Amino acid sequence: MAETIRITTPLKEEDSRKLRAGDSVLITGTIYSARDAAHKVMTEALARGEKLPIDWNNQIVYYLGPTPAKPGDPIGSCGPTTAGRMDAYTPTMLEQGIKGMIGKGSRAPEVVESMKKNGVTYFAAVGGAAALIAKSVKKYTVIAYPELGPEALAALEVEDFPAIVVIDSEGNDYYEIGQKPYRKL
Amino acid sequence: MRTINVEQITAEVAQMCKEAAYYLPQDVYEALKKGRETEESPVGQVVLDQIIRNSEIARAEDRPICQDTGMTIIFLEVGQDLHIEGGDLTEAINAGVAKGYTEGYLRKSVVAEPLFDRKNTQNNTPAIIYTKIVPGDQLKIELTCKGFGSENKGGIKMLVPADGVEGVKKAVLDIIQHASCNPCPPMVVGVGIGGTMDQAAYLSKRALMRKITERNAHPDYAALENELLGLINKTGIGPQLGGTTSALAVNIEWGPTHIAGLPVAVTICCHACRHSHRVL
Repeated sequence: MAETIRITTPLKEEDSRKLRAGDSVLITGTIYSARDAAHKVMTEALARGEKLPIDWNNQIVYYLGPTPAKPGDPIGSCGPTTAGRMDAYTPTMLEQGIKGMIGKGSRAPEVVESMKKNGVTYFAAVGGAAALIAKSVKKYTVIAYPELGPEALAALEVEDFPAIVVIDSEGNDYYEIGQKPYRKL
Repeated sequence: MRTINVEQITAEVAQMCKEAAYYLPQDVYEALKKGRETEESPVGQVVLDQIIRNSEIARAEDRPICQDTGMTIIFLEVGQDLHIEGGDLTEAINAGVAKGYTEGYLRKSVVAEPLFDRKNTQNNTPAIIYTKIVPGDQLKIELTCKGFGSENKGGIKMLVPADGVEGVKKAVLDIIQHASCNPCPPMVVGVGIGGTMDQAAYLSKRALMRKITERNAHPDYAALENELLGLINKTGIGPQLGGTTSALAVNIEWGPTHIAGLPVAVTICCHACRHSHRVL
């Protein structure tokens, strides 16, 4: 694997556009967690012409619903959830200025098109590495929709959060690239 | 007649939820280590290193292996000579799930109604409970925390007898290739063959409760398990980002079926194939 690239949030479009599928990254700064229910609520709010609880411009969204934190810990186990379930909402959210998404699994063609247009990078964290990933989260603060429990919109302060670029802003897909040499059926 | 109080069942189930969520079974851990040794993709090796390290942290620090601590599925075998006293068995089990998920800081991921309200029940109940009445006076409890990243990728195919072994292989491979990188591979693949549509699905779940090092007792099905594992490991799916370790095992369970049918169901489990067992 190539050298690890360090990223600090917020992520500017020009920096996002430099990343390539297969790049290994460590992310430091604030990222925002949202999953199914929060995406539904946010896109419904946008449809009504309302403002969202945070300004998503140049931010990174993490598709996550953590376990509750044990006493003394900032967060519980916190690995990525399947990004594809957010596909229906994603083009709308990317129009809000999001430059990075962290999740796991493949994305729909219309999401990739919107990524190319808006200069967005999709990162994968290792699915099921939730206790390990928790080590890179320093603080977890619920920002909105607390009634959604683990699905609330929250800010995570992360330090060297490990991820891999799976789909870059040119639409190169590492799920495809990475599988090809080993497909022998 | 032997007697068990429901309070004991509640306490055991609570403990089992935590155990399953924190401690990856040894056979799965060993299979991941073996996969790491043979994995050909450098990125796949990095992913496997993280998965193995993750399970070690979870075990050492009593933390959930995955944030999706799943829907709780319980397989009960109730001895017909056993008397359960002190309350309702189903309520006792659900009380145990609620206690385990709350005390253990596990995520509550169950909604009361699937389509309109989707309101979280806040304690991960109800569990899905399968009960079998068997001879004897013991109570056997098998519990799994089934995550839905993998559950969403399962499938069922109602084949006909003429489809035969080749049809079964194709049905399983189609489901796996469609699932691809999404169900957090390396996967453990449960296959149910025979019965009715619902029975095949049940068997595919039941298959995941068997140790992954243990092959089906019927030599033809054992050979099919090995062959399917070989084929799945040639799909290129690998440990999420491509490679040769797509699955750790294929477990098949089969049952009698109708002269006109050959149902095949596949339940996919992620690498965190979590379960715990008790005999009371």
